[in-house]
Formats: sequence, C-alpha cells, structure tokens
Amino acid sequence: MDITVNILLTIATAATPLLIAAIGELVVERSGVLNLGVEGMMIMGAVGGFGAGYLTGSPWIGLLAAIAMGALFSLLFAVMTLSLATNQVATGLSLTLLGLGLSGMIGTSFVGQPGVRLPNLDIPGLTSIPVIGRLLFGQDPIFYISIALTAAVMWFLFKTRTGLTLRSIGDSHASAHALGIKVIRYRYLSVIFGGACAGLAGGHLSLVYTPQWVENMTAGRGWIALALVVFASWRPWRVLAGAYIFGAVWIGQLHAQAFGIPVPSQMLSSLPYLATVVVLVLISRNKRLTMMNTPASLGQPFVPDR
Amino acid sequence: MMRLELVKRPQRSALFSALSPFIAFALTIIAGAIMFALLGVNPLTAFRIYFIEPISQVWQLHELAIKAAPLILIAVGLSVCYKANIWNIGAEGQFILGGIFGSSIPVLFPQFEGPLVLPLMLLLGMVGGAAYAAIPALLKTRFGTNEILTSLMLVYVAQLFLDWLVRGPWRDPQGHGFPQTIQFGDSAVLPELMPDAGRANWGFAFALIAAVLIWILMSRMLKGFEVRVLGSSPRAGRFAGFGLNRMVFFAFLLSGALAGLAGISEVSGAIGQLQPVISPGYGFTAIIVAFLGRLNPLGIVAAGLVLALTYLGGEAVQSALGISDKVARVFQGMLLFFVLGCDTLIHYRIRLIGLALTKPDGAAKLDAAPKLKEAR
Repeated sequence: MDITVNILLTIATAATPLLIAAIGELVVERSGVLNLGVEGMMIMGAVGGFGAGYLTGSPWIGLLAAIAMGALFSLLFAVMTLSLATNQVATGLSLTLLGLGLSGMIGTSFVGQPGVRLPNLDIPGLTSIPVIGRLLFGQDPIFYISIALTAAVMWFLFKTRTGLTLRSIGDSHASAHALGIKVIRYRYLSVIFGGACAGLAGGHLSLVYTPQWVENMTAGRGWIALALVVFASWRPWRVLAGAYIFGAVWIGQLHAQAFGIPVPSQMLSSLPYLATVVVLVLISRNKRLTMMNTPASLGQPFVPDR
Repeated sequence: MMRLELVKRPQRSALFSALSPFIAFALTIIAGAIMFALLGVNPLTAFRIYFIEPISQVWQLHELAIKAAPLILIAVGLSVCYKANIWNIGAEGQFILGGIFGSSIPVLFPQFEGPLVLPLMLLLGMVGGAAYAAIPALLKTRFGTNEILTSLMLVYVAQLFLDWLVRGPWRDPQGHGFPQTIQFGDSAVLPELMPDAGRANWGFAFALIAAVLIWILMSRMLKGFEVRVLGSSPRAGRFAGFGLNRMVFFAFLLSGALAGLAGISEVSGAIGQLQPVISPGYGFTAIIVAFLGRLNPLGIVAAGLVLALTYLGGEAVQSALGISDKVARVFQGMLLFFVLGCDTLIHYRIRLIGLALTKPDGAAKLDAAPKLKEAR
C-alpha cells in the first residue's frame, strides 16, 4: 500500500510542472499566439527560483522569483511578436535558445550548491490519515496551485465574458478587432500569464522536484507541455489528464531503471519523448476533433490597421 | 505611455533587407557590452578576446572553418524548409544519425580500407540523416502531425541512442572503459584541406559546395520557385499543381541529408571516433544561421562564419577571463532575437506614439495622446 501511495505521489510531482506549463500555454494559444519558448521560459524560472531561494534561504521567495522570471522573459517574446509582428515560430525558438544559454550562464556558480525545498503541506490530523492523507493533504504547495490553476482557467475560459472574448480573439483576430476588442492588449496579458506559468513550472523543478540547479534540467519538459496542449485539443481538463499520463510514463521509466530490468536505460529514458510522438500522431489522426478546437488564427501575426 | 505603431510599407524595403543583419549585429554588440560590464569585465577587453584574438592567426582561421562547416551545411538545408514554411527543428537529431550511420563502416568493419571507405561513409551519413528526417515528414503528410514537435522530440531520442551505442555495443573494448568507439583508421578520416596550415577538413568544402548548389536550386530552377510559392501561398501552389506533401518530403529529406552529411563530416574529420556527445548544439545554432543569412545560401555562408566565431570566442573568454562559455549561447540567442526584430523594418515602418511622460498629472497624460495622433 505504501509503495502505491509513494508511486502516486511521485507521479503527481512529475506531472505538476507539465500541467502548469501546459495550462499557461493553453491560454496563450487560445488567444491565438503560439509561443514555442516554453522550454526557455521554464529553464529561466528554474534558475531564477533556485538562485533566489539559494541566496535568501527562503523557498517562497524562490517561488516568487521563478514566476517573475518566467513572466519577464515572456515579455521579450510579447514585444517581438505582438508589437513588432515577428514570426512567432522563429521568435519562440529563439526564446528557447536564449533561455537555455542565459540560464546556463547565470547558473554557473549554482552548480553543485545545495538548494532549498518547498516544504510539503502538513495538516495535523488530516495528513496522517492512512493512504488518502498524504495524497490529499501532504503534497507540495505547487501541486495544489496546479490543480486550482486548472480549475480557474477552465472557469475563466468557458464561464466568463472575458474568457469568451479571449477565445474569440484566438479564432479571428480581425473580427475581434473590428468589434473594438483590444486584441494586442489581451494577447500581451495572455503571453505574460503563460510566461508566469512556465516560470512557476520551472520553479517546481528546482524547488521541489530536484532542489538543485542542473544545466538543461528541464530536459524537454517545455516541449512536452506544448505537445500536451495539442494532445488536449486546447481543453484544460484534457491537459490535466495528459499531464498525469506523461507523469506516469516519466516515473514508470525511472522505476523500471531502478528495478534493473534488462532493457538499456537510454531506451527507457527515451520513452517520454517517443510517447509524445505517438500521442501526437494518435490525436492528429482525428482531423475533426483537431479542426474543431484549434484556434483559427493560431500563430498568425496581427497588425491592427488604423 | 509610449506605444509602438507599425505602418505597412507599400513594398518590402530592399535597403532594410540588406541592412537588417548588420543592425542586428550592432545591437548584439551593444547588448553584449552591457552584459560583459555586468559581469565585471571591461567590454573592450572582452570583445578583443571574443571577436578578434580567435581569428588573428592562420591556424585559427582553420578552427573557424571547422566550426562553420556543420553550421553552413545544416543551415542551407533548413533554409529550403523554412522558405517552404516547413519547420524542421530537429536537425540536431539528423546530424547525430548521420554521424552514427556513417560511422558504422569504420566501427563494424575496421579491416575494410581503401579509397571507397570515405565516399561510402559520407553517403551513409546522408542516408541516415535523410531517413531520420523522413519520420516527421511521413507523420506530417500521413496524419497531419505537427512537424515542429515531432522533429524536436526525435532529437532527444537520437542523443540517447548515440549514448547507448558508445557505452554499449559499439564501445571500444580496448578503450579502458571510456564511452567511445575505436579510433577510425586512416582511410575513414576526412582529409585536411591544407595540412601544413591548419586542421580544416573537407567538411568546409562540402559546405561551400552545398551552399552554391542550393543557391542554384532556389534561384535558377523550377523546384526553387515551387518552394517559394508553396511557402508564401499554399493555395496558389495547389492551383499551380505543386504538391504540398511532396514538398514536405523534399524539404525534410534534403535538409536531413545535409545535416547527416554534416554529422559524418564532423565525426570523421574533426573528432575521429564516436563519443556520447558529438555536437555542441550545431543543429540548433544552424537555425540562427539560417535566419541571420536571410534564408539565402550565400548569406548563410557569411552567417555561418559569424556564428562559428561566437563558439570560438566563447571558448576564448572562458580560458582568458574565466567567464562561462555559455556566453556563446547568449550571444547566439541575442543575435537571432535582434535579427528577427530588425526584419520587421523590411515590411513596416515603426512609429512611436503617445509620448506624454513629461506631464506629471494624469489629465495631461490622457489628452496628450489624441493630440499627438491628430498632429500626424
């Protein structure tokens, strides 16, 4: 029983950063912007979170720094693609490349330093309930944020007027603009929200998952988060399901390596990436589902005419 | 409040099309100076060590050519993809597979020698890169799967596959347990161009030849026209009878083959054996090279040399000033950012509007913007 609980807990820990980054990107893409810089914003969040936590000794300040770092870094993308109407694919790629380089440079002195870890929730009486206690009341704070965030985004996008406006911009920025909606302003806020989420996801890696700084520690998670959004056909609850499936794959291969099953460890390590490809193929075979949910103006630059 | 406003030019500006890479480079230098100052280094000293010292002697120019060769080879292939609006960003993986396929001959048949070995290796390298690139192409044409994500995911798989090979079945039994294959025999090593002057090998010649061939393809042949039409207007391309699916395969196979050729040239010429890591991110840096070179094969040759210098400079400041060689990555990223930003000037004029920062009270701020607008 204890082993099952432990495995479920580690799956949740592996799924949380994927979930947060993907939920952020989902909002960005719903507004019609494709930001391929998730990996870069995430790694900046990870180095910022670790650095602030390490220097101040407080993981909470680290958490805030991670969010701020991701948001700030996404602003660069926003200015380029929204104010200067640059190609979103190329700009997103360059954001990732710059983030990987910059984080490596900032983090040079952090390598091998002990980090600080966000404490797990511990509610007297509740956390000690057998089995469900630790699952429901004993996880790290970012886990709870990730669930709340998913619910909030779901409510915001589909139950509020502002959410409807945001989705309409994603489907046709020209019509939205003609109706007097501030397309660029909405998109700025969406991109910054996505950046904050990616930063938080990176912070989870360096403040909870493995509380230390390792270069390239995001290991493609930002890209997997991007794939999750496609897999989820731009719907939040499907992102949640997808993130946990991928969390399970990630943890499954780690456990398989630990058990020493006679398969090369590199092959097991490549499973999450292969799974991403397989899942993308499965989802894209269903043309109708994809067509129905893809924001129609995704990735197209918009310059308001005056 | 200050706001940028883009005003569409009636036609693309030839002036800014030519100037944009230079403006971008200048902006990168300025941003780099600020960065060095923040790191506590005199920017002038840093720039001398970064950009001038690594290319002040002939043998160093050879090192530059060694770094530039894979960048140019990969980038000219990618430029065809990007012109066709097809996003292959997995060249790093195709590079690795090219290295692996080509190396199979000297690793598996070390006793096989003679003049046939190298051509066969190069051919296999191209086949390996093209075959690996065919996967995202097939998935895109068959199932409509996004090629950006699949080609990138395959990079991680390729890196792990190479790691497994050199630690497992292909490890040199006499290598004292080091994760590497045997040293290639003489007939499997790409010769140097001018052995007396420096280490540069035939890889650089391949890069220049590829650039010229792709330039001819793109500017003088129907296929190049097809690439451009399908890239800028797939609908028009369909009416002209150009097949989008065939184009996806063409672009992926071509760029994959060139990345594979770069991979085997690097392994055979510069390294001499397979190791767990055979590329300092050439496949990704080549994306920057492609854009900095304006997706034009001849521009890419120049851009490849510039980006190669950022690698050498990174190594130089690390050993001379103790700054992390990650600084090279930062320079490369900034360069791409600025070049993309400057490209906006080709299609738009930029106007600053709503300058109302001098008046402290809110009321003045509010009415200043409309007035300025009227004034235009």
